[in-house]
Amino acid sequence: MKRPEPVQVVKERRDAALSALVEQVPYIGFLGIHFDRRGDELTAVLPYTETLIGNPALPAIHGGVTASFLEVTSIIELGWALMWEEIESGERTIEDLTPSSMPRLPKTIDFTVDYLRSGLPRDAYARARINRSGRRYASVHVEAWQDNRSRLFAQATGHFLMPARDG
Amino acid sequence: MDRKKKAQLVRHFTEAIPYSKALSMYLEELGEGDAVISMPYDARFVGDPTTGVIHGGAVSALMDTTGGAAVMSHPDAPLVTATLDLRIDYMRAATPGQRIVCRAECYHVTRSVAFMRAVAHDDDADNPIATATGAFTADGGKPSVATPGAPT
Repeated sequence: MKRPEPVQVVKERRDAALSALVEQVPYIGFLGIHFDRRGDELTAVLPYTETLIGNPALPAIHGGVTASFLEVTSIIELGWALMWEEIESGERTIEDLTPSSMPRLPKTIDFTVDYLRSGLPRDAYARARINRSGRRYASVHVEAWQDNRSRLFAQATGHFLMPARDG
Repeated sequence: MDRKKKAQLVRHFTEAIPYSKALSMYLEELGEGDAVISMPYDARFVGDPTTGVIHGGAVSALMDTTGGAAVMSHPDAPLVTATLDLRIDYMRAATPGQRIVCRAECYHVTRSVAFMRAVAHDDDADNPIATATGAFTADGGKPSVATPGAPT
């Protein structure tokens, strides 16, 4: 049996892949979103800033920020799942994991956001679940919360067109 | 409240939204139940680095803002509203370098809900980038358990 790779080598490759995937998208940086990783599980983090406000009287996070956050989380989850096998097999080495060497991202076909309560002036978190991923189309559900994991402030479902794959 | 006064307040409120300002949105037209808002092309809003196409999330933010302005400007809707639900369908990628214009119409208001639809396009106005439909609260922001968008 092949000896398992040292844990730091595996982690380094996964983290390089994730940051390359995220850093290639300017709008993710504009919103200030980053991703926490535990194994293959991703959690998107949206740190609160005053520019994210949609209703200064409450104040509440802009509905468009919430929609953007959920859509970004869904697309990165799909991109991550597409790359996972190549990352784990070592097919992609650290040198192949730069923003300019990333595969094409899926394209949104439709996206439906369900606003459950107003987004408070606090950090927000989101996790996406791929319910179906075929050769052409994928269906993703995503949930976002702030202080309590069980009190979602928004959820969404979207359909995505998957990038054409080689072979 | 007279209509002119209401239009002034809606315009003032819409132009003061911090995230809409961050995306450089501009209120082009405001009617009674309809609104037009534009968003210039900006490299910071790009979602696909290989093509330079604007991220769908920025388009969603434009459509949500325009929808909210259309709802608030409707004679039967209150000045306070929050999005309950927003569905966006993406027809095609926006052409890089061109501004995006969204036109939203609030087509029905009940005692508690306002319904709106919107279309977004770039310089090719006959060929939409995206369409949206949404439901917004229209109860004047009264806090209640039955009003998910209300302040808590």
